[in-house]
Amino acid sequence: MNIENKIATRQSYGEALAELGEKKENVIVLDADLSSATKTNIFAKKFPNRFINVGIAEQNMMGIAAGLSTYGKIPYVSTFAVFAAGRAYDQIRTSICYPNLNVKICATHAGITVGEDGATHQMLEDISLMRTLPNMTVISPSDDTQTKWVIEEISKIKSPVYVRLARPATPVIYEENQKFEIGKGIQHGNGTDATIFATGVTVSEALKAQEELKNKNINVRVVDIFSIKPIDKELIIKCAKETKRIITVEDHSIIGGLGSAICEVLSEEYPTKVERMGIKDTFGKSGKADELLKYFKIDKNAIVERVLQ
Amino acid sequence: MKITKVEALENIANEIRISIIEEVYNAQSGHPGGSLSCSDILAVLYFNQMNIDPKRPDAKERDRFVLSKGHCSPALYATLAERGYFSKELLKDFRKLESNLQGHPDINKVPGVDMTTGSLGQGLSAAVGMAIGSKMESAGCRVYCLVGDGEIEEGQIWEAAMAASKNKLDNLCVILDHNGLQIDGKVEDVGGLTDIKEKFASFGFNVIEVDGHNIENLIYAFDSAKQKKEVPSVIIANTIKGKGVSFMENEASWHGKAPNEEQYKQAITELKLKHFAN
Repeated sequence: MNIENKIATRQSYGEALAELGEKKENVIVLDADLSSATKTNIFAKKFPNRFINVGIAEQNMMGIAAGLSTYGKIPYVSTFAVFAAGRAYDQIRTSICYPNLNVKICATHAGITVGEDGATHQMLEDISLMRTLPNMTVISPSDDTQTKWVIEEISKIKSPVYVRLARPATPVIYEENQKFEIGKGIQHGNGTDATIFATGVTVSEALKAQEELKNKNINVRVVDIFSIKPIDKELIIKCAKETKRIITVEDHSIIGGLGSAICEVLSEEYPTKVERMGIKDTFGKSGKADELLKYFKIDKNAIVERVLQ
Repeated sequence: MKITKVEALENIANEIRISIIEEVYNAQSGHPGGSLSCSDILAVLYFNQMNIDPKRPDAKERDRFVLSKGHCSPALYATLAERGYFSKELLKDFRKLESNLQGHPDINKVPGVDMTTGSLGQGLSAAVGMAIGSKMESAGCRVYCLVGDGEIEEGQIWEAAMAASKNKLDNLCVILDHNGLQIDGKVEDVGGLTDIKEKFASFGFNVIEVDGHNIENLIYAFDSAKQKKEVPSVIIANTIKGKGVSFMENEASWHGKAPNEEQYKQAITELKLKHFAN
């Protein structure tokens, strides 16, 4: 990981989408008046006839995407996570997931790292809401390379997918030749002092913490759970068996998110104490993204401190 | 198969009404009021208007129908069975465990159902997506979407209406089953919705108002909607909730209630007499 080389996953998404548009003519992109922020404007510029701006009407957008998919189109739908998973939840549930239609919901600006816009725009419950829906796949990429792979890969799955993307630029973690698989986590290091499960923007924070802890002779492993559903049960159980502590860290509520998903696996398969780091049943607030990561104790320093406790 | 004789279509609508009563009675659950109000509309669509083939329910070039007011599934199932998509025998199992005829229509379970619906206000958006899809594919399909007058209290309906107009969806025809009643009473009292014609007109629709129980008027309305270019059409069909069964007519209480044995017998007797009269 080169911490100087930073790209926002929403930017990676926009670029990957424009590339996918070249390969697949049936990819249609919908946005709700946020195309310059979600970066679907890159696709819109290239393929104006395959881009639909529905205006500020997210519920309608989900329904239109559902209808388009019945014509063999692969709609990629974008808006901020709070307006996708939150505002249009019932539309995603009834018009997309229940009929199992081929719609890709790529939601940007997830989590507190939205920053200055504050609580109304910081979606902290989307992993929870989306993973509970039958037929839904939930992906939370951690960097540029992974996001680009995900955006093409999900076009091959013929069912609904929710992709959780972030606003701020974060380090590029993976080399271009890195292999990914939906349903498989990625283990960084073999430390046995603790496993830190992370997803999205917290993966690079966890990797930074891992480096710092190494200098203190504490060896932790970091596992990138980018595929929230399906989740890599095997790897989670293996880590619980091999390491002394299990810590989860996410830019999401600790209720229903990554931490909960890990707990569900372990409590059934290999009961283990799990320490959940994340947003603790509260709303977000305004501030800079890095200030907020620190304030809500999900940044590198907070992870280091937690491991040292 | 296109039926043009008015009497024949009236008889089909009556058969649909008989099936609706049978379904709801057998299930002891379901929504007879709004199903009976849209029976004539469905008869005209499926037997006179739509380009469909029950043997090829997934044919790409077929016209689509979205029952946005999904609770009126008894009417849709009765129509599909009447049209030959599946056996009328199956209607007996409506709403029962193991039956494909779910309380609300399921695109994956029933041949001929073009969209899963049930949560009000969502079907029209899907219909808009289909109409755009058809245009993108140059498939030449028409998309029909039936909405209830209570249903249009949902804001999403107007988001979809705006999108239909912006995208010049002249292949989209919305039918408003305007029976004036919803669960808690009159539409104008409960939700306060008035001036429906003006509202759709101001959203850029070609508005056609008809008696929703007059077969000839309905045929004329659908034909004229087809001629209109560049804008979507809405047919405001003035109907009677519970139409065809004397004690159900104009009674909001029959929105979602099953008849008992005595009421069932009376309803069937009334409907069969009508059939005979034709």
